[in-house]
Order: sequence, then structure tokens, then C-alpha cells
Amino acid sequence: MTTTIPTAATAKPPATAPRKSIGRPGLYIVLVIAALFFLLPIYLLFATALKSPDAINLATTWRWPAALNWASFSDAWAKIGGNLGNSLFLAVVATVLAAMMGSLNGYALAKWKFRGANTVFALMLFGMFIPYQAVLIPLFQFIKALGLYGTIWGLILAHVVYGLPITTLIFRNFYADVPDALVEAATIDGAGFWQIYRRVIFPISIPGFVVVIIWEFTQVWNEFLFAATLTNTSAQPVTYALSQLAGGQAVSWNLPMAGAILAALPTLLVYILLGRYFVRGLLAGSVKG
Amino acid sequence: MKGLTKDRLWAIAVLTPSILLLAIFVYGFIGRTVYVSFTDWGNDPAQALALNPIIKWVGLANYQELFTGFLQGRFRQEMISTIFFTVFFILGCLGLGLGLALALDRNPKGEALWRTIFLFPMSLSFIVTGTIWRWMLQPQGGVNQLPAAFGGKPSTFGWLSSTDSVLKFDWNLLPIITAVVVAIVMGVIAYRAFASGQRTRTIVAAASAAVLLLWAVFVAPNLKMLPAPEVHGFNLALVGIVIAAVWQMSGYTMALYLAGLRGIPEELREAARVDGANEIDMYRRVVFPLLAPITLSAMIILGHISLKIFDLVYAMAGPDNTFASVPALNMYLTSFRQNQFALGAAIGTILLILVAFIIVPYLSSQFRTEESH
Repeated sequence: MTTTIPTAATAKPPATAPRKSIGRPGLYIVLVIAALFFLLPIYLLFATALKSPDAINLATTWRWPAALNWASFSDAWAKIGGNLGNSLFLAVVATVLAAMMGSLNGYALAKWKFRGANTVFALMLFGMFIPYQAVLIPLFQFIKALGLYGTIWGLILAHVVYGLPITTLIFRNFYADVPDALVEAATIDGAGFWQIYRRVIFPISIPGFVVVIIWEFTQVWNEFLFAATLTNTSAQPVTYALSQLAGGQAVSWNLPMAGAILAALPTLLVYILLGRYFVRGLLAGSVKG
Repeated sequence: MKGLTKDRLWAIAVLTPSILLLAIFVYGFIGRTVYVSFTDWGNDPAQALALNPIIKWVGLANYQELFTGFLQGRFRQEMISTIFFTVFFILGCLGLGLGLALALDRNPKGEALWRTIFLFPMSLSFIVTGTIWRWMLQPQGGVNQLPAAFGGKPSTFGWLSSTDSVLKFDWNLLPIITAVVVAIVMGVIAYRAFASGQRTRTIVAAASAAVLLLWAVFVAPNLKMLPAPEVHGFNLALVGIVIAAVWQMSGYTMALYLAGLRGIPEELREAARVDGANEIDMYRRVVFPLLAPITLSAMIILGHISLKIFDLVYAMAGPDNTFASVPALNMYLTSFRQNQFALGAAIGTILLILVAFIIVPYLSSQFRTEESH
């Protein structure tokens, strides 16, 4: 991996004049059709969430509601508000822990290469690709044996551990770009492992932390398999609660739609406000850019 | 490399907790799963949740049950489903992603806004996506109502409820089909190695292709995995799930391709134009070859995501729709609803093997290129 976190996708397009090409109008038609494909489900999501249950009718699915029913959101909040709180706590704690450990790991792997460091790193990385179904039964037993089954802490433990490969990867690539001369100069000044981390590495790590935190927060918030396996009702994150809300046949569709909006809002906001960093995490996940 | 200084020891000390945790949670747990898959834990319901269950070693019996057992037709269909799903999902994401990237590379007005629109589903949970698309694909509503908006007749396709399938074949033919496909791949590898003058590789690949073909022709037809023919194919109930998955993930390939396109120096394209290449030739000769490594990376990442996909299927089709199901979902249900842990572990192991086929060569090639630098 000669790679750094790629930034090209987020860079400003070159300031050359638009290339002359086959039909500019054609280009915009293509873009509009594609945008419709991506946005129509979102239109339907809001149109349904804002309808009152008796206004929901399959034949008029696409019509914008005549009267906006904001109560869908408070009803959905009543059902999954607690789970949103669980998800928030889970995602914040797991992300902070995984990011801190990842930063130290990345620093150790990038700046203090020891024999076999690459092999260790490759073995760590494998953990990010495995299907979690292949570890689910022992994980369940382990969490149960620790007495953490059903609690949010069991879930946090699982997310921190399985988050380590990606956070380590992103930080390792980030620190690989820091000139070795900086570290060497600090060594000559008599600074050791921890002093260099505190004075040289950590202060320039903010962009790395932003990428890692955004990525890991999104991952943990959106995760479902561990949520369904390791928790019980009181500790369930929002993804599980939403699946229950939507799976039931009895509820009217405005409720799961409003729930989906609530569950999507945090990560969506992060993406819209900090999209640049989100894309970097996305591309870093492919190991090589 | 310097010797073991105090600082280097600190580096190892800092890594130790993570290494230990991952050693247990990844490798230890995988080992334990494989062990469980060789036992009969949970096959007897009375023993499944017992405090000290009596667990017997049964060797490969669980795997045999999955691939040939009378009751496990659902699993076999899911194996076929996940392969079809993966192929269509990857093709969809690559095609749409490349198309969008090429469009954005032409610097349309409001480029950042378009990019945001194409990429935002990536930030959603598969459960959210699944909830939305389940509503989109209701038999009498959503997508099926769209033609009506243009004055047409509403479609009646049962997106998630269809029980039809296409590309059907008998499960008993699977060994032959697999052998022939692998033999063809080996043949291609042999040909390419031959063309680039790698002798050992040519011989090894050609020999394995020949062995596989001979086996497929002479041995495989006499093998019967099941007493009666069992027909599997691509279930049409999966089409909608593939579309939803492409909706969510094609922004990812778009971002990858866009990064690649932006990385191609303008001079290269200019040079091609000066040489008299027209726009299409320029893409074919200059741009696409440079994007090939990105395509490979994207296929690997998408492939392993697709094999693991579980939440999207769960949210869209529910747990009990056997026409729209995948092994990853079956593993969860078998283990945690029916408490058949050994069988679930066997499915988990099979998934791991499938994913490892994709990921291990990828990781090792990545690290080999790094060592050579």
C-alpha cells in the first residue's frame, strides 16, 4: 500500500474550460435522469411520512399530502426515540475509543517500523473484510460470558474491536505522509515515542481524526447485525428498532417512513456538512485509492 | 532498520492490546466457529441452550447436510441467489458509477451538487434504504404506479413477492458448471501468461484447466449430489433488492472512478487528441486502461460487501421470504432463531471462505507491491 488517503475526488475540478464534447444538453439530461433515480425515493419518503394514516393509499402514493401531518414524527419519536439515544451513546463512545486506539496504532506502524510490522498490519486488516457471520456465535458466547449480553457495553466492545482495522489503516496512511525528517529531528532533540506523538504527531492529526470519526460514527450508527444479536429491548440501537417498526404489518406506513427519516438524519447531516471528509473515509476503505 | 530501542518497544506495546483483541475476536472466533461447524451443537433442540450441552464431533456432516440434505433446499437457493446478486450488483454499480463519473468529469455546472445527490445514499443505513425501498416496491404502489403518472397502466410486477426465477439449472449440475467456469478462467490466465512469456505460470494454469475439464467430462456426470433434480435459478424477487443496493452503493464506484479520472493528467488526453484520436478513441485507448485497476478494486470491495449483505434483504423482504434470501440472513436465523448453532456456524464458515477467495489475494497483492517499493 503505497497509498495515502486519496483526495482527488474531492479536489476542485481543474480550472480548464469545459471540454468541448458531444452535446452539453445531452449531459444535463443524463444528470437529471440520474438525479431522479436517486431522489424519487426520498420524495416518496417525505411524502409518505407527512401523510396521515388514512390519507395513505397505494393508488395515490406519489401525490404530495394535502394536509401535512407532522404528528408522524412525534409518533415515531415515541417509538424509537429511546433507541436513537442508545445509538448516539453507542456511536460516540465506540468511535472515540476506536479513533484513539487507531491513531496510536497508525503512529506505531507508520513511524516505528519493526520487523514484521507489515505482516501484523495485513493480519489486522483482514478483520475488516470478514463476514461477521463467521464470528457471530463465539462473539455472542463471549459477550454473554463477560456478562455484557443485552447491554450497550457489549455492543460497544464489538464495535471498537472490529473498527480497529479501518481506523488503524486510515491513520497509518495519514501518518505515512508526515515526513520522517520531522520525527528524526524530534528524536535528535531527545524526544521519545510519547513526546513525539504529543508534540509532533497529534497536533497535525486533526484531519485524520475528522475522517476517522465521521467514517466510524456512520458505520456504527448504521450497523445492524451486532445490534440484532447482542442487545435486548432496552439497549437496542435505532437500526434494530426501525426494522421492527417497519416489519410489523399493523402500523401504517407514515410511521416507519418518519422513523427512517429520524434514523437517517444524523449520518445524513454529517454527510451533507462534512461530505469531503466522508468521501475520504470511503476511499480509504478500499485500501488502495 | 535499527535495533530494538526503547521507543520501538513502546510502539510494540501500544499495538499489543489491538493485536490481542483482533487475535481473539477475528482469528480465535473464526477458529471457534469452524470448530462448532464440525459438531452437532443445536441439532438436538434440547441441547442447544442447555447450560452444559453435550456436543459431539460430527466432522463434515453439517456441510454435507447443507449441500445435499433434503431440508436445506433454502440454503442451496441462497447460495445461487448470492452469486447472481453479486454479479448483477457489481455490474450495476460499475456501470452506473462509471457513467456518472464520466458525466461529472465533463465539469457540468453545479458539479458539487450533482455529486452530493449521487453519493448521499452511501451515508444511510441499509435498514433505512431497505425501509424506503420496501415501500417503493409495494405491489400496488410506488414504482408500479409510476407508469400511471405518465398516463400508462400501473405495472403489476411483484417486486418482492415474485416466486418466478430465470436462468434455471439443476443443482446436480453445479459441480460441472463450476469446474467448466474455473477451467475457462484458468485457460484465460494460461493464455495471458503465454502471451507475456511466463512459462511456469502458463504450464500450471493450462494443466489445471485441462484437469478440471477432464474431470467435468468424465467424473462429474456420474456424481449425484441429490437423489432427484432440484432446480435453482435467479429469483426475480431479488431484482428490487439489487436495484436498492445499486441505488445505495453506486455513488461509491462513482467516487472511485472520479478520483481516477481526475488523476489522469490533461496532457495525456491532449497528446491523444494531437495524435488525431477522436473522443471515443481517446477514452478507449487512454482513459479506460488507466481506470482498469480501479475497476478491479471496486469489484473486490463490492463483491465482499455483496456476499455479506444481510440487513438490506432483512429490511426489504423480511426474514421469511425464501425467494428473496441470502446465506448471510439464513446464518442469523439458523443460529439465533432456531438455535441450530452448528449449522449456522457451517454457513458462516462457507461465507468466510467465499469472502476469503476475494480478499486474501487482494490483500497479499497490495502488500507485495508495497514490499517491492
